[in-house]
This record gives sequence, C-alpha cells and structure tokens, in this order.
Amino acid sequence: MTLVVKARQTMGEFVLDAGFTSDGGVTALFGPSGSGKTSLVRVIAGLSKPDHGQLAVDGETLLDTESRIFVPKHRRRFGYVFQESRLFPHLSVRQNLAYGRWFAPKTARPENFDRIVGLLGIDLLLDRRPGKLSGGEKQRVAIGRALLSAPRLLLMDEPLAALDDQRKAEILPYLERLRDETSTPIVYVSHSVSEVARLADKVVIMKDGRVEAIGTPSEVLSMPSADRRDAGAVLTGVVEVIDIPHRLATIRLSQAQIVVPNAHAQEGLRVRVHIPERDVMIATRRPEGLSALNILDGTIAAIEPAGDGMVRIRIRCGEDILLSRITALSVERLELKLEKAVFAVIKTVALER
Amino acid sequence: MDWLALSDEEWTAIRLSLKVSAVAMIVSLPFGLLVAYLLARGKFWGKSILNGIVHMPLILPPVVTGFLLLVLFGRRGVVGAFLNDYLGIVLSFRWTGAALACGVMGFPLMVRSIRLSIEAVDRKLEEAAGTLGAAPAWVFITVTLPLILPGVIAGMILAFAKAMGEFGATITFVSNIPGETQTLSAAIYTFTQVPGGDAGAMRLTLVAIAISFAALLASEFLAYLVGRRIHIE
Repeated sequence: MTLVVKARQTMGEFVLDAGFTSDGGVTALFGPSGSGKTSLVRVIAGLSKPDHGQLAVDGETLLDTESRIFVPKHRRRFGYVFQESRLFPHLSVRQNLAYGRWFAPKTARPENFDRIVGLLGIDLLLDRRPGKLSGGEKQRVAIGRALLSAPRLLLMDEPLAALDDQRKAEILPYLERLRDETSTPIVYVSHSVSEVARLADKVVIMKDGRVEAIGTPSEVLSMPSADRRDAGAVLTGVVEVIDIPHRLATIRLSQAQIVVPNAHAQEGLRVRVHIPERDVMIATRRPEGLSALNILDGTIAAIEPAGDGMVRIRIRCGEDILLSRITALSVERLELKLEKAVFAVIKTVALER
Repeated sequence: MDWLALSDEEWTAIRLSLKVSAVAMIVSLPFGLLVAYLLARGKFWGKSILNGIVHMPLILPPVVTGFLLLVLFGRRGVVGAFLNDYLGIVLSFRWTGAALACGVMGFPLMVRSIRLSIEAVDRKLEEAAGTLGAAPAWVFITVTLPLILPGVIAGMILAFAKAMGEFGATITFVSNIPGETQTLSAAIYTFTQVPGGDAGAMRLTLVAIAISFAALLASEFLAYLVGRRIHIE
C-alpha cells in the first residue's frame, strides 16, 4: 500500500501546508494541539476539501484540485476512528459493528467478525447499547466498527485522547495487536510521545500546519527539535525474562539489560521502550543504595545546550543512545565531557507506559 | 342514558373526521420531512420566504386560508382547474378537499416539530456513517431518520390533532355537507345552530375529548417506546 497526500488549506489565521507518503504500517502524525494533524487527516478521509491538494492510494487518485477530482468520503473506503467514539446510539453494539460491512463492496474481503470482536475483547458487549458502555469500551467498539467496514486504510484521530490513563493502558495492547495481526495500514494522530513510540513505524512531526520532520520513532523523537516535555530515547529490545511475582520484564538492548514493570509481555517478543530524557540522571561513579533498578554504563557521545540552563547529554550504551536532561551546573560539577565514562540512572517508573 | 346513543349521522361525522385527519397527516408527512430538512439544513436563496409561506396558516385567520384554497384549488382555480382537466381530481366540496385544508393547517406544526429534531441531531454521527461507506441517502435513512423519530411522531400527532379540530378553513373551502365534508367540528357547530341540538353537540364533544385524549396517550406511549430504544448519550 502506498499513500501520497499533499494539502494546502487556509482556515482563518491558520494555514495548513503539509504532506507525506506512507508505504503501509503505522504512520503517526505527531505534534502539539493546533499543529494541523486533524486537519490533514480530515483531508485524507474526504471530510474536508483543501484549497489545493492531491491524494492517491496505490496510484488511484482520490483527490486532485488541479483536475477537479474529489472522491466523496463514502467511496474512499477509509475507516475513521474519531476522538469521541461516535457510536450510533439507536443501534446495539453488534449493529454498530455491522454497519460498515453493509456498505462495503462485495469484492472487498472483509475482516472476520468474530476475529475482530475477539481481538478487541468486545464479545461480551455485543447486545448492549452504546450509551451503557464505558469510554474505553466505546472506543474499542469504534475501532472494531471501522475495521469491519473493510477499509483500505485506517485513520485514527487521537483515539485515546479522551480517556484516562487507565483506559489508555487498557486499549494500547489492542492497538498493538491490531498493528501486528491485521494488514490494514494505519495513520495515527497523536500528541503523546509514548503512544507514538509504542505504535508507529514512521513518524511525521507537525508544527503550525507544516511538516517539521519525518523519520522512524527513534530518529525523530530524540531529535533536538522535538523539544517536548517527554522527549527522550526510543530503544528496541527483546523481552528476555518475565518475573511474574514482581510483575517485571527484563529487556535486552544492544549491550545492557533494563527492567520494565510489565508482566504481560511475552518472552522473545521485540518491544520498544521509551525513556524520557528528564527521567535519566547521570552519575560518574556507580551509585549504591539506590531504589532505581536500571543503572546503565556508557560514554558521553554529545553535550548539547537545551536552553534555560539545561543541557541534553547523549550517552552511548553499545549501539543505543540514551538521552538525559540535566542542568548546566551539574555538567560543570561532574566535569562531564565527551567520551567520559558515566552511569545513567533510569527511574524505573519512567519505563512504564 | 339514551341521550348518549350516537345517531347514524353523528357516526358518519366521526368516521369522516378520523378519515380526513388520518389522510391529512399521512399525505403531508413526506412533504413535511422534505421541507423541515430543507429549512434545517439547506442553504439556498429564498429560505426565509419558504419558512414564511409554511408558517402562514398558523398566523392567517383560518377563513382566509380557506378562501385562498378555494381560489387556488376550486374548480376554476389555477391549480384546481389543472387537476380537474388533466387528472380528474376534484377537491372542492369533497372530503379530499377537507383533508387538504386540514393538512395545510397542520403543516406548520408538523414542520416545526420535525425541523427542531433535525437541528438537534449530532452531525458528527452522520459524518461517521459517511466514513463507513454510507451514501448521503443511506445516512439519512439509517442514522438521521431513526434519531429524529420522536420529533416526527410528535409532529404527526400535532398535525392529526390540528386536523381533528380544524373548522374555519375547512368550512370555507369545502362547506358543511353531511356525509361528505361535515367533520366532527362542523357537526357540533351545526347542532348548536338548531333548536334542541344541545344533546347532540354534547355527545360529539365527549367523543372529541375522548379522541384527543387517546391521541395524546398514544403519542406519549410512542415517545416512551422510542426513548427507551434510543438512549441518547
């Protein structure tokens, strides 16, 4: 699957002028609120018509303002999961799920109903009304409804933003399974680093209606320009051991091991961990008597000023780069310089998502 | 209790009233839906003029409405002559004319009720239906219509009640012919115009109260059924 989109649209003061291409997998549109992520996704879905723009999927043009092509939303066959679930209140959960399938072309190979229902864990809700569901349940049904309409592409516009942390944690594993077990490509809008780090294959960073950077999560999220409160390193590793009594998983990175609170992972699974730079401390000697479980040794690869008396340190641990955000005063006191051997102290909670 | 027994003529008037009101309600429903949708969603030149015309019968004296119907739909009227010559439909002094008069008088009430419920529909739901592959007509049938059903039912009941009580426009347009255009209201009026007609007027008044009450109860019950089915978030 290839998706090519480019759009320019003036909405009062705000100007959207952005575009990207995707070759399948999960593409995340990432940026603060008001950066134009939703506007761009609405253009893709056909919910709004840009002043200038092109959109093509697998070579089929769905939008081209030059040649006046505009395929309406109901013929694009893109599933859309909205921030608020938008379930039909007059239909049961089962009827909501079946709604899109009714309109899908006979040639489309629809997802198996029971499989999607099982994947999303909504089998016990089928005969209920949407009004009686919790926020997390509603959102899972909305995802199922979009998937069962046999979409060529799934658009998810901050599907977790309206939920509290507990509900988010409840849905994220389902989204991961979705990514791994269905072939439908996904465009995922989010302003949460942890969601993007966990789900995306490709990240498009947006700011003020423009695309600021495009790359893999580990490239883009640790970039200095991605200056956000929870900016940090995204590392890939393999689950090595699960410690069920303590609900911990040990993950092997390129050189070191780290311990993550999560007893649900499976051994041998490739996972990503997101380590926010503000949760990494630096020590010049191996600290003792500390509650932190993860103390990695490495060498300083870079020292970058981060403004406001703060400094970003890049620490090389094998092939992985950790980020740490500390004060300039600490750099002076510890006499940190390039290639100096240090210990990175990671607060275990920082690895929890 | 003999005075409570209804005569054949009175039964005829009651049956006629029910028939006229039911036909007026059902025939005006598709037009009511269309006009309400246009007024709620449409953006076109002359929208306020359409709105004004629809509401006219509510403001004009019913006799004026009846006279206008006579001018337009009478045998020699602009529309009436056309219907007579080409389709063989005669409205003046027929029960169908009574239904037309009742329908026109109830129309603004029906449109108002449906329009308000269309305006209350969350358009985001319609947008979601569109992304799931439903063409606009299907969105209306599968999402909008079920959601506005309570308003549609209320509008139908209002139109029916208005038709049951309609007097001025009907009597002006189709007169007061027993067995053809003499509705319940016209029959009560006739009774009050003859000496000793009080008992008949009272009998029909009781019937009118019973029918109105039944309609009210029916609408409450339907609204309850629909409300139980649609749990608005």
